[in-house]
Amino acid sequence: MSEHYVAPVSLYVKVFVALLIGTGLTVAASYFNFGVFNNFIAMTIAVIKASLVLFFFMDLRHSTRMTILTAAAGFFWLVLMLCMIMMDYWSRNAIVLPVPGK
Amino acid sequence: MASSPLVNRYGHEHGEPVDHREHRHPAHQFDTMEQQKESSTLGMWLFLVTEIMFFGGLFTAYLVYRTMYPAAFAAASSTLNVPLGALNTAVLICSSLTMAMAIRSAQVNRRGGILVFLLLTMALGSTFLVVKGFEYHDKFVEHHVPGPSFNFVLESSHEIAATRAQDPLYQRHAEIFFSLYFIMTGIHATHMIIGLGILAVLLFYSGRGKFDSEYYNPLEMTGLYWHFVDIVWIFLFPLLYLLGAHTH
Amino acid sequence: MDTTAVARSPITTTPETAFERPNYLNSDFGWKSWLFTLDHKRIAILYLISVTAFFALGGTFAALIRLELLTPEGDLMGPDTYNRVFTMHGIIMVFFFLIPAIPAVLGNFLVPLMVGAKDLAMPRLNLASWYVYNLGGLFTLWAIVNGGVDTGWTFYTPFSTTYSNTYVVPTALGIFITGFSTIFTALNFIVTIHRMRAPGLSWFRLPLFIWSTYATSLIIMLGTPVIAITILLVAAEKVLHLGIFNPKLGGDPVLFEHMFWFYSHPAVYIMILPAMGVISELIAAFSRKKVFGYRVVAFASVAIAVLGFLVWGHHLFVAGESAYSATVFSVLSMLVAVPSAVKVFNWTATLYEGSISYQTPMLYALGFIGLFTIGGLTGVMVATLGIDPHVHDTYFIVAHFHYVMVGGTIMAYLGGLHYWWPKMTGRLYPTFLSKLSALLVFVGFNLTFFPQFILGYMGMPRRYWSYPPEFQVLNVLSSAGASVLGVGYLLPLFYFTWSMKYGKKSGDNPWGAVGLEWDTTSPPPTENFYTTPVVTHGPYEYNREEVHNRLTEEANFG
Repeated sequence: MSEHYVAPVSLYVKVFVALLIGTGLTVAASYFNFGVFNNFIAMTIAVIKASLVLFFFMDLRHSTRMTILTAAAGFFWLVLMLCMIMMDYWSRNAIVLPVPGK
Repeated sequence: MASSPLVNRYGHEHGEPVDHREHRHPAHQFDTMEQQKESSTLGMWLFLVTEIMFFGGLFTAYLVYRTMYPAAFAAASSTLNVPLGALNTAVLICSSLTMAMAIRSAQVNRRGGILVFLLLTMALGSTFLVVKGFEYHDKFVEHHVPGPSFNFVLESSHEIAATRAQDPLYQRHAEIFFSLYFIMTGIHATHMIIGLGILAVLLFYSGRGKFDSEYYNPLEMTGLYWHFVDIVWIFLFPLLYLLGAHTH
Repeated sequence: MDTTAVARSPITTTPETAFERPNYLNSDFGWKSWLFTLDHKRIAILYLISVTAFFALGGTFAALIRLELLTPEGDLMGPDTYNRVFTMHGIIMVFFFLIPAIPAVLGNFLVPLMVGAKDLAMPRLNLASWYVYNLGGLFTLWAIVNGGVDTGWTFYTPFSTTYSNTYVVPTALGIFITGFSTIFTALNFIVTIHRMRAPGLSWFRLPLFIWSTYATSLIIMLGTPVIAITILLVAAEKVLHLGIFNPKLGGDPVLFEHMFWFYSHPAVYIMILPAMGVISELIAAFSRKKVFGYRVVAFASVAIAVLGFLVWGHHLFVAGESAYSATVFSVLSMLVAVPSAVKVFNWTATLYEGSISYQTPMLYALGFIGLFTIGGLTGVMVATLGIDPHVHDTYFIVAHFHYVMVGGTIMAYLGGLHYWWPKMTGRLYPTFLSKLSALLVFVGFNLTFFPQFILGYMGMPRRYWSYPPEFQVLNVLSSAGASVLGVGYLLPLFYFTWSMKYGKKSGDNPWGAVGLEWDTTSPPPTENFYTTPVVTHGPYEYNREEVHNRLTEEANFG
């Protein structure tokens, strides 16, 4: 078995603090109304937090390419499903074909 | 299997013993411990992919209804307890840290550390569930649980309420939010409970000294699961709790 | 039967002698050695038994449907019973037969053999998957015994969640549980194919069956969880009276259809992709040729898996989906026809100038190509926005998907079973009877389902227990075909069972086929290979000269 990378404790603590700050930020941001950017801000912070967990706690950065690809495929497919289903809902009221007689 | 004459044929190509440590043999279908470890890691990540899609179905339903009924969703969301939700987020992040530290303890061969950090992880996980239980209790008291007794009373000062309260389906839309809230957090909590069960088993085995820097694969796999459950919550928290906060 | 072993692979290491060598069947005896086995080959046999039982059950329901439709009036059963019968037929055939059939039986048996491994990566998970499958099946059986479900296999809401007072929840739970078993199997395959290939076995030396199994496993991993959560929501809504999919309570039934078909359309590719893999093997083996355009066929499998995820919306053309969405899904649906057609063309090109021998598996394979082509092309028809609204929910659709699932998947499954039966049991089956069964299945199938194209085009809706009298002739034809088909299916059941004890011993490689699975003994030893296979070439290296010589010899002396 090859030697495994052992992360220093300080790194884990740094990531932990960053995650806590992210949580604080997202709560703080939610009390202000940024209009259409509300969701964008909340989701950006969530994605950054999730990436921190993925890359440091779950040690994705030292994983094989195959593992990274697997994880990426999971998230990609999720986005794909969301987009393709929302495509229907966002275009419900759009008229793409002329209606006869109108 | 071990006594079968067919086993030793999978020796290393150069005739070297595959594994120098006598007490660690790969399972019969593998040639090396390395291959076995890689296989379980890939298998675990594939399982997590199915989990992503499983929760993904719920997120899709959430997104669709939130797009359909933004006002009702914001109003319903604003009745959730943000401080408790934020506390729980912190608790889960903390438990992720302790989980990572448990694995690190195994990597550096500190068996005592494994025990302490596993116990801490379990304590934090249980804390999360207890807090969640209090939140659920509040929702029951407020009649926000979907079903016959569901009653979503809007505060009269609520700006959205004034315009939308006339809609007879408004209550129903709020009910959908709470249906999704309970299903999403409920399934998340189920994952937590399963995780706690696995952690209990790991605790038992690490108490018997099973894990060290040579062998800690089960710890690592459970860690992946535990962190994934954390990630789900990282998304659930803003989506469910923080939707209507700014409308107050 | 022609059992001349020709064109043996150059890396064969098997002793040619006695049959009673230790193999996975005689290594251990007693029921415990089967029910607690971790051997992928024994688990495949366990799956074979379970899957056959469910096929028989689903087939019985099909027989009841065809019997009822003999006459325009509902004289065998009323509408309520009929609804339950076609629902149970669909649920059992889709979830308990078509989806697990090829991966769990042939895949389980062959994947480790074809990649030169001792077993799947996770043997315990593999055994668990069989138990989980049966547990899910028991839930469904329990529902059947208590009176069944009447929602159709699609569980469309709000009917399933609000109005149907049949056993929706236990059936849904059964499907939920069975989903785990498919996921376990798929996970095992992906890990095995990635991590356990024999030395020298690079990706482009893998048999096409492995490629298609891999693509299938990807679909299972990415799709099955979505049906799991969907079906869980249905059960929750039914039990707790939530409103997630109930329009009366603000829910949206179209969302259910989206989520349901996000899995269930790719599920069609879960059924057909492994079948395509089987066909690639059969065509190569019985044409004694390399599969034409190997790499293209391999990538076509992956392309079908990916594109298959982008087309589900064509089930919703008349369900209230937006016109924009419908257009996009229509175009994407037609795109899937491209990799599918690539496969059909490449099989045909493989046949060209091959030395074709019409053994039973080959008959099934040739039948597959024809039937799948019809099923696939009518699929393009119903993917067009102009035709679909007219034939939607008619027998045209029923005929279309039966051409793909029965004419495609079951033909390939039977062809594969006939091809690898000597590998699995070390026995041969009667040649004449097996060829007769292939013929009966082909003729019976066409007689059953071709009239349904016409019926559907004339406007006969699906899922009705009675119909206007002018449709009777075609319905009688269809029912007659079903009985022929039934005989065609029963024959293999009998002679396969018979052959296990009385069949002629097959030797290691009765077809003279190449491929890693034929390099070991038949039946293989528990550890699959006596020595680690080292792969130095692609999967279909048939020696053309040797084949040519054999043919000349046969022509001269035959």
